[in-house]
Amino acid sequence: MQADALKGGFADASFQSAKAFRAAMNAMARPGRIELLDGARPPAPMSRAAGALILTLCDPETPICLAGMHDCPDVRGWITFHTGAPISNPASASFVLGNWQSLQPLSRFPKGTSEYPDRSATLIVEMPELSATGARLSGPGIKDGTGFALPEVASFQANAALYPLGLDFFFTCGFKVAALPRSTKVEGI
Amino acid sequence: MADDASRKHWMSLLSKANPQDLAHLWAEVSMGVEFSFLRTPEVGAIMVRGRAGATGAPFNLGEMTVARCSVQLQGGEIGHAYVQGRDKTHATQAAVIDALMHTDKADTMREHILDPLSENFERARAARAARAAATKVDFFTMVRGED
Repeated sequence: MQADALKGGFADASFQSAKAFRAAMNAMARPGRIELLDGARPPAPMSRAAGALILTLCDPETPICLAGMHDCPDVRGWITFHTGAPISNPASASFVLGNWQSLQPLSRFPKGTSEYPDRSATLIVEMPELSATGARLSGPGIKDGTGFALPEVASFQANAALYPLGLDFFFTCGFKVAALPRSTKVEGI
Repeated sequence: MADDASRKHWMSLLSKANPQDLAHLWAEVSMGVEFSFLRTPEVGAIMVRGRAGATGAPFNLGEMTVARCSVQLQGGEIGHAYVQGRDKTHATQAAVIDALMHTDKADTMREHILDPLSENFERARAARAARAAATKVDFFTMVRGED
């Protein structure tokens, strides 16, 4: 492992993780709204926002699955050192990190059970850019409808149809984050 | 590069050392070492587990407070420390010494810090053993005259 791969955790963990948690919570409460999320300097190819999310949300009780090129020794070492989260297979993951292509098919991730819909995976999707134009979102947390550039529409419509089961999504790019919970309705334009 | 067993030995010494003793010894040889934090010092609790006779089923002995820290020297060497208690300076010093043990300063560290700590530790253990030995009772049976 590269010695530098362990750098880039929160310098002031209590304040930075509280701030990051607030950004993540606001993003989830207002689907499609883009929040700033900074403070972490994870190894490539992870974005700073994804690093801060993982530092804030993951611990030894949340298995994390790495997909595609995010499954590399630097990222594994960094996550293990800073959070202690076990690296898991897709079927038992609480969190999943990857880009949209590497996350397919979504059906391999846990979507919860009728008794425990919360036992589902949260997907952290690394995006080339976040933009507020594109698919139309509506539902809880959105007053009149908002736009957000999703990688595709059909998967999110299928996911919303599973409600109360389903996956929740964070979209990250650089130091920006947006979210799409399972309760949001998605319409293509 | 040191092998695992000797690293375990010095990390154990550093984690059990008295923080004041370590600070004294460190002040003499610190030489303005430059380092950056990989993990800033933080305090937490760990569960200590034991096995009866080292072969029995593991059981939870109890929780203890520890401070931990990880540092990186300018040369790139990484040092980790878990120390007992909640003294963050102690954790930082122990981590820096662990990192320095991977450099050419290892012999200085061993001579000026680890050996004195080891002596202190042995002395304290001997003193405690002696105190305990003073209370030892030898049971023996007087030979009774049978008539």
